[in-house]
Amino acid sequence: MIAVDPGLFSSLDPPRLAGARCASCGTVTFPAASGCAKCAGTDLARVELADRGTLWTWTVQAFEPKAPYRPASGGFTPFGVGYVDLGDVIVESRLTGDPAGFEIGMAMRLTLLPLWDDVVTYAFGASDD
Amino acid sequence: MTEVAIVGVGLHPFGRHDAALTGMAMGAQACRLALADAGVSWGDIGYAVGGSNVSGKPDTLVGVLGLTGVPFVNVRNGCATAGVALATAANAIRAGETDLALAVGFDKHARGAFAANPADYGHGDWYGETGLMVTTQFFAMKDRRYLHTHGLKDRLLAQVAAKAFRCGELNPAAWRRTALSEDEIMRARVINPPLTQYMLCSPSEGAAAVVLARADRAADLCERPVRLAAVAKRTRRFGSFEVFAPWLPPEAGPSPSVDAARAVFAASGVSPLDVQVAQLQDTDSGAEIYHMAETGLCEDGEQQSLIDAGETAPGGRLPVNTDGGCLANGEPVGASGLRQVIEVVLQLQGRAGARQVPRTPRVGFTHVYGAPGISACTVLTS
Repeated sequence: MIAVDPGLFSSLDPPRLAGARCASCGTVTFPAASGCAKCAGTDLARVELADRGTLWTWTVQAFEPKAPYRPASGGFTPFGVGYVDLGDVIVESRLTGDPAGFEIGMAMRLTLLPLWDDVVTYAFGASDD
Repeated sequence: MTEVAIVGVGLHPFGRHDAALTGMAMGAQACRLALADAGVSWGDIGYAVGGSNVSGKPDTLVGVLGLTGVPFVNVRNGCATAGVALATAANAIRAGETDLALAVGFDKHARGAFAANPADYGHGDWYGETGLMVTTQFFAMKDRRYLHTHGLKDRLLAQVAAKAFRCGELNPAAWRRTALSEDEIMRARVINPPLTQYMLCSPSEGAAAVVLARADRAADLCERPVRLAAVAKRTRRFGSFEVFAPWLPPEAGPSPSVDAARAVFAASGVSPLDVQVAQLQDTDSGAEIYHMAETGLCEDGEQQSLIDAGETAPGGRLPVNTDGGCLANGEPVGASGLRQVIEVVLQLQGRAGARQVPRTPRVGFTHVYGAPGISACTVLTS
């Protein structure tokens, strides 16, 4: 199992995302950044992000995007996309599960999504607990 | 400060044209139409600004318009390109560099949604490869969040699109000139829910140009010059929800449209309540809805009652996108902001034909917005 970009994760098993927190103002970025967009600080430390949150907004990618999008093994099928509020940062993410059940405010949990070959990315799906 | 007026306009219709017709050639035609409208020649122009995102270097237009030695600035600022070109040309007049300037924008895009290179926006390859770097996703997600937060119905998206195509039907220069019912729009192919194909503008082809003059000289050139009361442009601030954003902070911030609109109203001394005709960036129908509020033309949530009452149609209190906007004209990115300005100029001059707003308006407003979070606004008065 290989991450689509190792910099996105602090761990793959269990899946955890890596961000950065600004030492001056507390802003949390994703992915980890070296400069703060809020206060222009440059002292940012890597942090592990929460693996649970709530759905902030969502849509479905119903048509196959042009390159550089790379379809999954087996070809393109429509997929969910959304922003998930993790408390100190709102993260954009692929969504798993049936879009018919998507609703702003629903509880979400981090998971891994197979892309192609052994490569995975992060995704959020409905939290079942 | 030196006042600036628009004394000539030229539009190469937006849409799909012959494959052999280049963006540059459409740009040249728009320039010639604007010069003719102003009754001046290219040799009279003392400063030129051109914008194009994908169709070549605008300053090479001098090769076909005439090698007069004119200073020519190129602009490439996404969907706000033409607004920035206009501001730059106006500032050259204000700075005393010239009495007569020209701004032009043109583009000829391939069919289908725009593709973007992650590195151009400071993102890793993963962002594009995993399918997150698609502009229409952002439009759909900003719409859904806005409608949810302010208690607006999804059907409002179809109402806005239906109004756009009704305006397009009345505009001989529009690309999409067939009216569609709200039901047809709601039932059309879903692109990114809640958006269907008719709620999103398509990349297209076209060009637009305007001739600007010192306001105290404008009356010699134009029967009804339109004063460019103010123009302002802004980039995003922290907390604004923008296209191509892998993350957002939990605290919301003002969009660049909020900042640019506030700046242009403050600089012009005009209140948003005084606006009698407006052109707003309607990359999708939801964008027209939230841009009404972001620019100060209405309150958040007030759109439902305004649109239900027909107030944003040409006969209403606040006509918006009377030429059909991006939805009916498509978007040649480099030209779009000048198309907006031209429509307001024609409305203020009483030259808008079948779509003319009754009781010729005297105060107009234009707003463009583009990736990755830029906006340019103008206030125009007669």
